[in-house]
Amino acid sequence: MIWLNQLVQGLMLGGYYALLACGLSFMFGVMGIINLAHGSLAVLAAYMLFVLAERFEVHPLLGLVAVIPVMALIGWVLHRLVLERSARAGALIPLLSTFGLASVLDNSMFQAFGADTRSLAPYIDSLSYDGWTLPGGIIVGQLAVLTLVVAIALLGGLHLMLNHTALGRRIRAAAHDPDTAQLVGVDARSVYAASTAIAMTTVAIAGAFLAMRATFDPYTGPYQLIFAFEAVIIGGRSLWGTLMGGIVLGVAQSIGAQVHPQGFLIAGHVVFLAVLLARVYAADTLRRWVRSVRSRFSSQFGNRATTP
Amino acid sequence: MNLTTHAAAAIGAARTITRVQRWTAPSIATVSLVVAAQLVLVAGPLFLSPNVVERLTTLFIYGILALMWNALAGYAGLLSVGHQAFFGLGAYAAVRLADWGVSPYPALLLAATLVGALSLPISAFMLRLRDGEFAIGMWVVAALCHLLVNLDNLVQGETGTSLIALQAYAADARRSYTYWAALGTVTALGWLVFVMLRGKMGTAAQAIRDNEEAAGSVGVRVLPSKRLIFVLSAFGCAAAGALWLASSITFQPKTYFSVQWTAYMIFMVLVGGIGTYEGPILGAVLFFTIETLFGASGVTYLIGLGATALLFALLMPRGIWGEIEQRLGLQLLPVGYRLRGGTGGPPPKR
Repeated sequence: MIWLNQLVQGLMLGGYYALLACGLSFMFGVMGIINLAHGSLAVLAAYMLFVLAERFEVHPLLGLVAVIPVMALIGWVLHRLVLERSARAGALIPLLSTFGLASVLDNSMFQAFGADTRSLAPYIDSLSYDGWTLPGGIIVGQLAVLTLVVAIALLGGLHLMLNHTALGRRIRAAAHDPDTAQLVGVDARSVYAASTAIAMTTVAIAGAFLAMRATFDPYTGPYQLIFAFEAVIIGGRSLWGTLMGGIVLGVAQSIGAQVHPQGFLIAGHVVFLAVLLARVYAADTLRRWVRSVRSRFSSQFGNRATTP
Repeated sequence: MNLTTHAAAAIGAARTITRVQRWTAPSIATVSLVVAAQLVLVAGPLFLSPNVVERLTTLFIYGILALMWNALAGYAGLLSVGHQAFFGLGAYAAVRLADWGVSPYPALLLAATLVGALSLPISAFMLRLRDGEFAIGMWVVAALCHLLVNLDNLVQGETGTSLIALQAYAADARRSYTYWAALGTVTALGWLVFVMLRGKMGTAAQAIRDNEEAAGSVGVRVLPSKRLIFVLSAFGCAAAGALWLASSITFQPKTYFSVQWTAYMIFMVLVGGIGTYEGPILGAVLFFTIETLFGASGVTYLIGLGATALLFALLMPRGIWGEIEQRLGLQLLPVGYRLRGGTGGPPPKR
């Protein structure tokens, strides 16, 4: 029963990782850029909500109404000032510039807010600890369920937007082939800027849930980036895959924590590397297997199958 | 006259106009100066104050890190934000070996060698990743190494431990030995990379960096070349970590496995000039100077480093040495060839 409990808790945790990862996955899918400042930007959103809650007594979920537009604007500026320029200079430069940006953000937040760990949990009343009891005595937190629901809604929303709106069509065109998209009247530059703004919207929401469900400090960002990245890669880089990836990561961590006190993080990283390894070598083995089947097939049926 | 004679005449004419050249007067002078300076530095502990010897040891370690990260990112096109893994593992392996009774200084070299060997299986799957995926994939490896090292009871979790065996040496002797070890490592790795880049390996690595598929199609052995540079960089970073341990004695996993080391490496290489031989050396000296002047100002200094790296990435991605080379055609430590003469021939090319 304890293992079932860990499984359920891991599933819920996976919801948070999916929420965190969907912006990273979206930007990677559309622009091919991995934003190394992703986690730090989520922490920045968390600090904004914290300031709103502490100074002005604004409920974090209400605070999002103000923080989402600000983060979207930051995303737009980020693309115009940093990403666009670096993407033109080659594949490595966006990594260098966003790494520099992350370093500036983390250390600036340290300067502004100090080393104290913060949390939004005190500002959301009973939502932080209330739960529902499932048959079998497993308790799921209301906040965890809300996180999972929001993650699914956000991924679904992105999916619908990409497939059924004019902006979505433009984004898909620019993602597929920016030059050809330009020829048929899609301004790839503004589409990319809009995509970064959309990604930062999801980052704002992820930052809110990060701060409500746990504590954070100025240097929490890089860890969040690693988790988000693991979810994206385990899930195979697609939007819905990200949900699967997040859940696999969450379940692995949750079960790892049960096995060993330090197992939480180790299990997550190990599962990530195992998936990577499996994908690399399974693909090779599969190809070899297909080739051997084909050669057996051709030897059975004469040379017809092998003639070009 | 047939076509062949035409062609032969043209080639002959070209030959008289253009000369392929590697050594120039300034580069011969520089290499001689570098060799002379290295010989003088060997005698450093005899005439320099203890404080200067310690600072120079730090500079040499920064030099190793910059050289290694540049070989990887600037020549093999592999940008890693996880090379603190090897830095930390190098230090950990030295502590571990010393605890098993290996004499501390041989333990440093052995530690670096073992970590270099360990990087081989890591390369087997990390090198299948490209660009950003490789970059953060390495970060995950670093995080995992950090957690696994913490499992060793010797390390006592985040409390850390020290290289107690070094206490057997008098403070003066220890300072000098560590200095010589660092000087020897940075010199050896520096010349090794120099010779490597001048040979087939350098041409192959740059071809891979510029276009992996194209390089593969003209017969460059892409994976073995990348693997060689990856293992070399792991060895170098591990040596740097072990030397850092020898100069600071304490081993705290959090400090050694910190992503801050990558931030330093990126700063040195990017500001100095990524993909040039002289750039990272210049970057290491610049970083060392900035750290000496402003290191005490804490977090402001770190913000400044990050902002400078960001600005260089955006405005001057070739770095200081890259710009100098482009504008003045200057090459002091020649790892490439240059074409001389002709009617405004192509610019000096590495």
